[in-house]
Amino acid sequence: MTLDNKLAAIAEAVEARLGERVQRLDNTAGELGYAVAPGDLLDCCRILRDTEGLQFEMLMDVCGVDYLSYGRAEWDTASATATGFSRGVLGRDDSPGGGPARGGSAPGGTAAGGSAANGPEAGEPLAETDYQPPSRFAVVYHLLSISNNVRLRLKVACEDDNRPIVDSVTGVWASADWFEREAFDLFGILFTGHPDLRRILTDYGFIGHPFRKDFPLIGKAEVRYDPKKGRVVYEPVSIEPRTLVPKAIRDDNRYQPDLSKD
Amino acid sequence: MPEIQNFTMNFGPQHPAAHGVLRLVLEMDGEVIHRADPHVGLLHRATEKLAESKPFNQSIGYMDRLDYVSMMCNEHGYVLAIEKLLGIEPPIRAQYIRVLFDEITRILNHLMWLGAHGLDIGAMTMFLYCFREREDLMDCYEAVSGTRMHATYYRPGGVFRDLPEEMPQYQPADNRSAKELDRMNADRSGSLLDFIDSFAARFPGRIDEYETLLTDNRIWKQRTVNIGVVSPERAMQLGFSGPMLRGSGIVWDLRKMQPYEVYDRMDFDIPVGVNGDCYDRYLVRVEEMRQSTRIIRQCVDWLRDNPGPVVLDDHKIIPPARIEMKDDMESLIHHFKLFTEGYCVPEGEAYAAIEHPKGEFGVYLVSDGANKPYRVKVRAPGFAHLASMNEMVTGHMLADVVAVIGTQDIVFGEIDR
Repeated sequence: MTLDNKLAAIAEAVEARLGERVQRLDNTAGELGYAVAPGDLLDCCRILRDTEGLQFEMLMDVCGVDYLSYGRAEWDTASATATGFSRGVLGRDDSPGGGPARGGSAPGGTAAGGSAANGPEAGEPLAETDYQPPSRFAVVYHLLSISNNVRLRLKVACEDDNRPIVDSVTGVWASADWFEREAFDLFGILFTGHPDLRRILTDYGFIGHPFRKDFPLIGKAEVRYDPKKGRVVYEPVSIEPRTLVPKAIRDDNRYQPDLSKD
Repeated sequence: MPEIQNFTMNFGPQHPAAHGVLRLVLEMDGEVIHRADPHVGLLHRATEKLAESKPFNQSIGYMDRLDYVSMMCNEHGYVLAIEKLLGIEPPIRAQYIRVLFDEITRILNHLMWLGAHGLDIGAMTMFLYCFREREDLMDCYEAVSGTRMHATYYRPGGVFRDLPEEMPQYQPADNRSAKELDRMNADRSGSLLDFIDSFAARFPGRIDEYETLLTDNRIWKQRTVNIGVVSPERAMQLGFSGPMLRGSGIVWDLRKMQPYEVYDRMDFDIPVGVNGDCYDRYLVRVEEMRQSTRIIRQCVDWLRDNPGPVVLDDHKIIPPARIEMKDDMESLIHHFKLFTEGYCVPEGEAYAAIEHPKGEFGVYLVSDGANKPYRVKVRAPGFAHLASMNEMVTGHMLADVVAVIGTQDIVFGEIDR
């Protein structure tokens, strides 16, 4: 999708000022977005905030994204199979996104048994996605310029998948404080230079980062009041994970301009 | 003489003025606050993660439960993001209905805020007055969607159904006299639009009643003037939006600046504060209710004259009518596919923001081309506002914390998500 005139002018100004340090993102539904390297982030943010004609004086949102299972479907749509709905339910037991990775249960239990027959090698084509995530974790910043009435998105790919670290922008925009705490809490992304990087949304003493794609939706621990002990106890979850609708990726020719023209 | 030292006080999470489940750890020097550390997340339900595990349409109902006093506005943000990725635009009548209900929601929210804020700092009557009017607006919700709160009314591509021709009426009951029943049903004899119209006619008078009680009230002013002052520069730094930003004197309203739906056809004004204190934010919100009433009247007039479809005629996204399914194979297939798998949204990412009653409510949606969103991030206005709590209350007295919580219009459904 193309940008409108105003955004195009801003895009020109951004690219003139930041040059090689930013790469335009596509597939953004007419919005303006740039990928920035982690090392350049702080510098770029300051320039975006302070340069006359850009003046992105507000940071509206910071969020983490986990690209672990991006483009990975649970439901094979390209060919016919002999199995029924269960393939959507069981088929991805060991895939990062779904699957009963039960906290507290012994590894290699029933869940792993189901995956042996339907593992990734048994036909799990990754969809050909336009966007190829450069790394597992990314942090997305949504900037707003009140002076120019435009928005801008910055996307930073964290270099190390096991220890994602990004510079904190709290020094540039104070509003980043809690948003970065949230991204740390939910994704385990570390922000260097953050004044007070504590968990914010999860329980006191919570273990893990719940919005990562390999964290099960049902969670890992269960809380209940134990009348015998007279206190609240934590136990491994007792509920079973369910897949009601498998994730399916369909190549719809309505959204592929080169195909729909024919 | 014993040495006096700071002490730490716990406020909430079960305090009635904590507006839900806010836990504040306050470091106090006598009555004066030195540091406030809000502990949030007690209502965290991982809405965004749940949305990632369901087809797009099944999460609309979750959005109602985010900010549970402005339900349809939350849906609006989510639905707009999906529409942006799908590249569709709802029919014009649906856009008017959305604007109408966004404004009804704004009044609902502001009434809840005004009542609770008043109650917090000692104005008991406000709560009763505000809930009287909220009841009428809840009835509008019920008439159009079937539920009083969690409407699930907006859909990508339009709204669930057209406005009803008949307003539901009160039924006779043992504890109601015939005279009482007639009075209750007086403006319910026509359509929903007639009911909304009569509400919009009487509501400005009701706002006058609220203002009579509060605006020049000495106690009200003592509790709000010069409390929680935020400068415009600081408000921008802290990511404020909505009435919090306008209260500090910045003219910024997404309905005017980045109009969505048919807001560009509406005639309304943006109230702006001067001092950036709790009193200015009160004035801004009260005036917003008057402006919303203006918008509602314009929508009602247009909707009366212009019947038409309220949802796109595209069965790849919108399920066909029940009656069509009975003898049309194609419709049956569409229905089956939509309700078992849902529609796939093209790969890409979009951020849709609306002027929610509390500020900028944004939804950042990442799709990898599947029938479920890959990532949904809800940008809740209250989250940024509450983050500034420490800054706003430092140096104030303990009683002012309650005024600041009130003025921030905190609702934990959206902050904890």
